Amino acid sequence: MNIEQLTLSEIQQSLRDKKFSSEELTSAYLARIKNFDASINSFITVTGELALAAAKQADALIAKGGNLPSLCGIPLAHKDIFCTEGVKTSCASKMLDNFTAPYNATVIEKLNAEHSVMLGKTNMDEFAMGSSNENSFYGACKNPWNLEHVPGGSSGGSAAAVAAGFAPAATGTDTGGSIRQPAAFCGLTGLKPTYGVVSRYGMVAYASSLDQGGVITKNAEDAAIFLNAIAGFDAKDSTSIEKADEDYTRLLTDSLKGKVIGLPEEYFSDQVDSQISKAIEDAKAVLEKQGVTFKSVNLKTTDMAISAYYIIAPSEASANLQRYDGVRYGYRCDNPKDLEDMYTRSRTEAFGEEVKRRILIGTYALSAGFYDAYYRKAQKIRRLIKEDFEHAFASCDFILAPTTPTPAFKIGEKTKDPVAMYLEDIFTISVNLAGLPALSLPCGLKGDLPIGMQLIGKPFSEAMLLQAAHQFQQATDWHKKMPSLAK
Amino acid sequence: MSVQIDEIRKVAKLAKLSIDESQVADVCDGFNQILTLVDKMQQCDTNNIKPLANPHDAKQRLRVDEVTATNERDKLMQVAPETENGLFLVPKVID
Repeated sequence: MNIEQLTLSEIQQSLRDKKFSSEELTSAYLARIKNFDASINSFITVTGELALAAAKQADALIAKGGNLPSLCGIPLAHKDIFCTEGVKTSCASKMLDNFTAPYNATVIEKLNAEHSVMLGKTNMDEFAMGSSNENSFYGACKNPWNLEHVPGGSSGGSAAAVAAGFAPAATGTDTGGSIRQPAAFCGLTGLKPTYGVVSRYGMVAYASSLDQGGVITKNAEDAAIFLNAIAGFDAKDSTSIEKADEDYTRLLTDSLKGKVIGLPEEYFSDQVDSQISKAIEDAKAVLEKQGVTFKSVNLKTTDMAISAYYIIAPSEASANLQRYDGVRYGYRCDNPKDLEDMYTRSRTEAFGEEVKRRILIGTYALSAGFYDAYYRKAQKIRRLIKEDFEHAFASCDFILAPTTPTPAFKIGEKTKDPVAMYLEDIFTISVNLAGLPALSLPCGLKGDLPIGMQLIGKPFSEAMLLQAAHQFQQATDWHKKMPSLAK
Repeated sequence: MSVQIDEIRKVAKLAKLSIDESQVADVCDGFNQILTLVDKMQQCDTNNIKPLANPHDAKQRLRVDEVTATNERDKLMQVAPETENGLFLVPKVID
């Protein structure tokens, strides 16, 4: 069994056909993690015993037969931002290094109800703040395609784990590109759903009006199957969307004939690596053969998106991260001399540099006298960005663009220059500000590093984005390419 | 806009963070670089534009005011750094 090649849909079938058991499969993934993850560092916690116990339970269900839940017996990895009862949930921070979640995130509850198997919790940028997975208390995660390069972030561990064949799929979260950018850097399919489609309950908060859970998989079909399991209204999340459940696989096999794809002029600039531009040109030719037409569109507020994001996200982060005070859970400094000292030293000792930087920016932007110039101004720009998309979608079904301006950069290349790091997210951030669904899928290689392209849709058009990605993947094999690992 | 070292100290105090004196100048520089990035917003004409807080312009969903949560005090307090008789312990606040 070549587990590193297996997709969710193949595993579903193989478990039902009894080609292998969930326990055998789970053991094989755990062995592969043990053999290879030391050089990649994609997991913070591996939950081997729990995984084997869950696999045995799933095997018992499979043996009984009957109607099985879709993901029954399938091993998965979870970003260490989702609370998992009884298992450390660190958010890659020293602040939560000692935190064992007392409850499950809704996403985890849903996956437990499916009898899927959790292999462990994956590495990430601390509190999801970063684009390279270098901001982790547990050390940087490496890109399995080339260990000198970053896997992207913040869901870098999830992407690296799937690319390395440690798990067939993983959960992630995306606040400014944190699913799509690592998916692009690691040659995977990553879906960020419409804001409110996946419950945020039990997902450690970074910027609440932007945060959205999603999936990182080997292909679009798997992303649709996985999304079916985790999406849906949740009364425990006040911004969860109240709408009927839908089957995200329903359009996969439909032809793309007649679809109009928008190409935003602002996303095809000189700053895009020439090989990425070429890969996207090739992808357009593939799609054209499938019957789509292209139309130029404008997203004229694009150049304001990063500026607005770096006010809105840090402002919300500074409010959300006030809860870490050393009183109720998380890190507390040794021998505090008074309450003020306890708050300040606990936070100063346990937050990493990037987290502190964003808390400072957010605190400043929200402080008396600056609110209108910063937060309110950024929210107005946010509306303009949303309106740009609405205008563009009046003349196209969805948008095609690069996911990133360059392939995965080198570890350490941008750590000294936060602004250069922030600019990495230029093509992904607007989507979060507008609350839209978007998907990254592989469309080429530059040397040994994958190239991703992004499909952006109207609110709640996940099924159509998955259809387009699936149809593209029927005609190409970029999504089947895998890195070779050395011990 | 750019800030001076004194302002950085004030913001850090508000955020309950302390900055080592040897690093405060670097933190201030980095902070100002980010302010330059975000100040680009001022070039954008946003007259008569309503701020957007929720991407769907959604209003807060309300629910019926009835008890739903179960009492899980002991379970939730297990992760606290220091507790006594169902209370969180902190350094003495009042003499």
